[in-house]
Amino acid sequence: MNILAAILLIGGLIFFAGGAIGILRFPDFYSRLHPAGKLDTAGQFMMMAAVALFVLQDLSWQSFLTAAKIILIVIFVFITSPTATHAIVDAGVRAGLKPWTKAERL
Amino acid sequence: MDTLFLYSGAFLAILMFLPLYRAVFGPTILDRLIGVNAIGSKTTVLLIIVGLIYNRVDMFVDIALAYALLNFIAVLAASRYFQKKRGLYAEKRSD
Amino acid sequence: MKKALPSSRADKPTDSNLSQTKRFRQFNFGTLLSFFILFGLWVVLSGRFDGFHLVLGVISSAIVALISGDLIFTSPKIRSILMLWLRWVGYVPWLVFQVFLANLQVMYLTFHPRMLDLIDPHIIEFDSRLKSDYARTTFANSITLTPGTITVNATVLGRFAVHCINTKSGQALPGKMEAKVAKVFNE
Repeated sequence: MNILAAILLIGGLIFFAGGAIGILRFPDFYSRLHPAGKLDTAGQFMMMAAVALFVLQDLSWQSFLTAAKIILIVIFVFITSPTATHAIVDAGVRAGLKPWTKAERL
Repeated sequence: MDTLFLYSGAFLAILMFLPLYRAVFGPTILDRLIGVNAIGSKTTVLLIIVGLIYNRVDMFVDIALAYALLNFIAVLAASRYFQKKRGLYAEKRSD
Repeated sequence: MKKALPSSRADKPTDSNLSQTKRFRQFNFGTLLSFFILFGLWVVLSGRFDGFHLVLGVISSAIVALISGDLIFTSPKIRSILMLWLRWVGYVPWLVFQVFLANLQVMYLTFHPRMLDLIDPHIIEFDSRLKSDYARTTFANSITLTPGTITVNATVLGRFAVHCINTKSGQALPGKMEAKVAKVFNE
């Protein structure tokens, strides 16, 4: 159980690192949303799963309740993260931002 | 396992500086918003890890839940507010 | 996402055609179900099981359920609601797998040294045949979570605008995912 939690934890850290670097590297605002919206969700999911596994190791009522709350956070993030992404995209479209295209690079 | 949590928490805290660059120097307002959102999602995890280090997960998980809610509401409200602004794109863009 | 409320209001006139008893029962089911969901949420979040806190939870979730019970469950039949939720739960593991694939693809792009050559961002538009608000919301959120695509706009008429990171990821839409969502929502 400990090993599984450690693997999930490190995987989540790698996803978070990819998200942070992706936010820096991508060329424009629309494409930056791809790493920001997806990799952060996956990183949160994996790290929360690791913490929930670790908490569930001592089987008591209290730790079960804590794990339930962590799962609640994960469900909440899975619903709200696309919504937040969509809200930012919508603001960009209404403000008239043009997406970066390949032609612009040349 | 405790050391692993400690080091992953520290790594996460260091990782926050990359979106912070985007939040401070981002060319447009919405870029800053993306940076703030990314920092918030990292903070949610970091709060739970801090709770594990102090052996008080049951308390810190509530704070993390409240922070996740607050992060979502903040991004939603800010993007609703800024879409009314014309000239959002007037800031200089640097590729 | 934001258009869910007005059209559920628009559904109201059809309800008034039902007889009085049926309306009463429908009101009961949605309210009761949302009451139990809210109360379960209260119990998990408060974590105390003495009488005082439980009574407080019953009172507050009853008030919220009475005021806004018709927002979550718009369908009149309790059986269809339960089947819908079961099918929706069956849809989630496939979605999580897709999310995992999406993340691997974006990770590959992020760490690729010649990333600017690989990506080719553009916006495509297509019509969806999904009807209900919940189906469209689920579809839009699924698009955002899966490889290389973000929903930019979804109109009332079912027209979706999607931002793709490269040409390949845009071609898969609407395709398989729309069929899955349509199956979940029975359309």
